Order: sequence, then structure tokens, then C-alpha cells
Amino acid sequence: MPTVLRRCAAIIGLVGMAGLAQAQDAHLARNLAATCANCHGTNGHARGDMKPLAGVAADKIIAMLADYKSGNQPATIMHQISKGYTDEQIKLVAAFFAAQPASK
Amino acid sequence: MKTLNLGRRHLLGAGAALAATTLAGCAGMSTGPSIGRVVVVGGGYGGATTARYLKLWGGNVDVTLVERNAQFISCPISNLVLGGYKQMSDITRGYDGLKAVGVKVVQGEVSAIDAAGKKVRLAGGSELPYDRLVLAPGIDFMADEVGGLAPALNSGRVLHAWKAGPQTVALRQQIEAMPDGGVFAMFIPKAPYRCPPGPYERACVVASYLKTAKPKSKVLVLDGNPEITSKKGLFEKAFKDRYSGMLEYRPNAELKELAGGVAKLEFEDVKADVLNVIPPQRAGDLARSAGLLNMNNRWVGVNWLTMESTAAPGVHVIGDATFPAPLMPKSGHMANQHAKVAAAAIIQLLKGEAVNATPVVMNTCYSFVTNREAMHVASVHQYDAADKTFKTVPGSGGVSAAANQIEARYALSWAENIWADSLAL
Repeated sequence: MPTVLRRCAAIIGLVGMAGLAQAQDAHLARNLAATCANCHGTNGHARGDMKPLAGVAADKIIAMLADYKSGNQPATIMHQISKGYTDEQIKLVAAFFAAQPASK
Repeated sequence: MKTLNLGRRHLLGAGAALAATTLAGCAGMSTGPSIGRVVVVGGGYGGATTARYLKLWGGNVDVTLVERNAQFISCPISNLVLGGYKQMSDITRGYDGLKAVGVKVVQGEVSAIDAAGKKVRLAGGSELPYDRLVLAPGIDFMADEVGGLAPALNSGRVLHAWKAGPQTVALRQQIEAMPDGGVFAMFIPKAPYRCPPGPYERACVVASYLKTAKPKSKVLVLDGNPEITSKKGLFEKAFKDRYSGMLEYRPNAELKELAGGVAKLEFEDVKADVLNVIPPQRAGDLARSAGLLNMNNRWVGVNWLTMESTAAPGVHVIGDATFPAPLMPKSGHMANQHAKVAAAAIIQLLKGEAVNATPVVMNTCYSFVTNREAMHVASVHQYDAADKTFKTVPGSGGVSAAANQIEARYALSWAENIWADSLAL
């Protein structure tokens, strides 16, 4: 029974997520991440002095941006840009970059 | 339990369908049936990015990019060429990256747009049919607003260098030929114009060069606006701290007429060794000849969810040619961001899907105040469904605390990254 219950719970969770996903554009994470590409490279594959984001763990990206937003992490520009995105948007962006193959 | 089981079967089915879609999506990159034909006219920041992202996100979309020039030459960073700190080769890139990802690049001039017949005619007489058209025409000049300006520009005696290319090379030559003790005078048009901080950056970079090479020279900045239009405090500080005695800034100094090498303002005449006039601007000729200038007879109004012209649905217009949302600058960075909104929407429209209802765009413009120090202005713009426009997020964005060397490095890295992103390098 516990196994069945766990499975049911997992299914309900999935159905719930599917419901949420329908409410927003299927490509929202991809589109939001593309707003970062001008500096951080296409799909997060940055060049030069910019920080690559491709393949970076989502938790790390979320924590970095939270620190920029709060001012805990000083920055030249990211403290201003991070405040333009909601926490939900940052989670989507972080998940997108985490899923990209890391820069070589 | 029955319901849940049914749900589970559906989920598995959905999972299998998703997997199939993903595989088909991958296969479709090279072999599947085309979802449509898109013609993009203009291979600057906006047009190139649209072509690139249509291929990146759309898989099998037929994308043709029409551009009159053989190569992409960047306006951002071009002021450093005027100062002698960069060469033209540093700001020039090719279209081979776009060709490699499957964009058909056609070097040519568009002679007519047949929106009803959904085709573009090229100067050579050939026609390109399309399902969706993207125009990225940039800006063109309203030279007739200033008496004598059109012939002065046509003769090459007065340069604008507000489109990077031969004008940039020629203005650099004029600056180099200037005698020590000469005057470089630049005129800034009333806003809106392409690249708000660009004129002030140019004044600084030219002054930086002259300070070393011809220290008795003068830079005269004659601004048609009542004050510096971007990074005001930072530019005022740069003018005062770095170029005091050499650079003179005058607000409300609109150019009225050019006559016999003399620039006439309302109450005075200005003579200079180099006259650099940035003319008043409007959306590019292509948008005008297509009848799309429905905002002040000057800019193109757009639906921000799709970037379609409000004058001609099905024709998407991006970049500097658009009538901007509040506080949205005309910049290469912003054109690249418009392009991504357009590319995502066009793919969905071709597939008959709903478009993204919550797009976001952002902007960063770096300006050099010397060859080694730069500063930024940044903004984030979220779509507001109630007002159907992009709005900056309160509390976000801003400018540098001060010009600094780290941001000069970032400015050059920004260029490398956006060129790679736009041109698939």
C-alpha cells in the first residue's frame, strides 16, 4: 500500500505540474534564458570575461541571483538586472541553463 | 483508483508523445517538412538574430536573410575606431555562421514589398515568396530637416558615421588629418535617435585621442536636446574630470543650417575643422516605402507580443525602426531582444499555436569614456498585458557608480558575445 500511495502521490504531482505548464508558454524558460544570451552567450555558452551559465547547477544560479538581488554579492551590473526578474522567472532560467551541456 | 490509473495511462501516453515530438523535432532540423518560409530583410543586430533564432528554435523553417552589405559592421564599439583604439576589422564579422546553421543569405537590395501577394522583390528582379516577413531596416536620416545638410552629406564633406562602415573610416581620417589646435564639432539631434549614449561616448573617445595626439585641439558638443539624454551624471563627470578645457558641451544647440562649411545655430555660427553631424532619424526607408510609418509619420508601431506591425499584420518589424515602449532605447542589444520575441512568435504562428503572453526583454549599453574605462546603463522590460506594452520593472536597472576599467573589459566581452549570439559565430 505505501508503494501504491507514493505512486499515486507522484502521479497527482505530475498532473498538477502538467496543469501549471498549460497556463504558461511551453518555451517560457528558453525565451527568458535567451534574454541573458547577449552577455552570457547563446544557451549560456559565454566567451571572454563573461560567466558561462551552461551546465551550472540550478541551485547555484538561483543562489547567485538571490545574492545579487539582496546586495549580499557586490556586482558591476547584475544587482540591477537581477531585480528585473521575478523569483519564478529566475527558477525557470536556472533550470534551463542547468540542463544545457557545460561549456568546453 | 480507476481514475488515477487512467490518468497514469494518459500521462505515459503524453510522455511517449513528448518523446516522439522531441525526436521528430531533432529529425526535422534537416529532413522533415518545412513549417513555413520566412524572409528577413536587414542583417544588422535585429535581422541577423531573428534569422539565427528561427533556425535555432524552429527547426525546419525556411529562412532567407536579405542584406545589402557583404559583411556585418557593428555600430557599438565603432567609436573606438574613431579614437584609433580599434580597427575596422575588430568590428566586422561575416555571415558564414548564419549560412552554416541553414540560413540562406542573399546579398541584395529589396526594391518592393508585396504584402498582399506575400512576396519580396529584389533589385535584380527576382522574387522571394514568404509566409511571414521580418523587416529590420534600422534607421534612415531626415536630412531635409536641416537646410544644406543633404548636399553636405552627399558630397562627403560632412560625415555622420551613425551607420558603421565607410563613414566610420572617413571620419577617422578627418580626425587624423585635423591640425593640433583644430576644432572637432559634433551635432546631436533631438531624441529619439539610435543609441542614446552614443554621441556622448563619441565626444569622450575623440577627446581622449586628441588629448594625447593633438592636445591643443577642442571638442565642441552641440546638443539639440535640453540636456544629456543618457547616463547624464556620468558623462558630465567625464567631461569635467577628464576633458576640462578641451571639451565644451552646449545643450539646446540645435543645428538649423549648413552653409559654406559653416554650421548655423539659432543665435550663432560655428566653424570647425571637422563637422560631424548626426542627423535627425526615422525608421529605415524600407519601412517607409512599405507604408508602415504609422507613428508620427516616423516610426513603426508594433504588437509587442509578436513584433508585427500594427499597420500590416503578418509583417514583423524589429529594432530601431519601431516606435519604442516607454524607456526602451534604440540599441543593437534591444534589437537582438526584439528579434527573439519575433522568432519565438513566428514559429508559434506558423504552427498555429498561441504566442507567449509574458515576454521579457532587457538592455545593456556600455559607453567608453577613455580607451580603458567604460560605464553602463541597464534596464529590464516586462510585458504588461493591461497596457499591451513593455514596462521597466520598478527598482531594477540603473547605471554604473562610476566609469571603470573592469566594465571596459566587459564592454568588449559583451560585443564578442552578442556578435556570436546574433550571427551564430
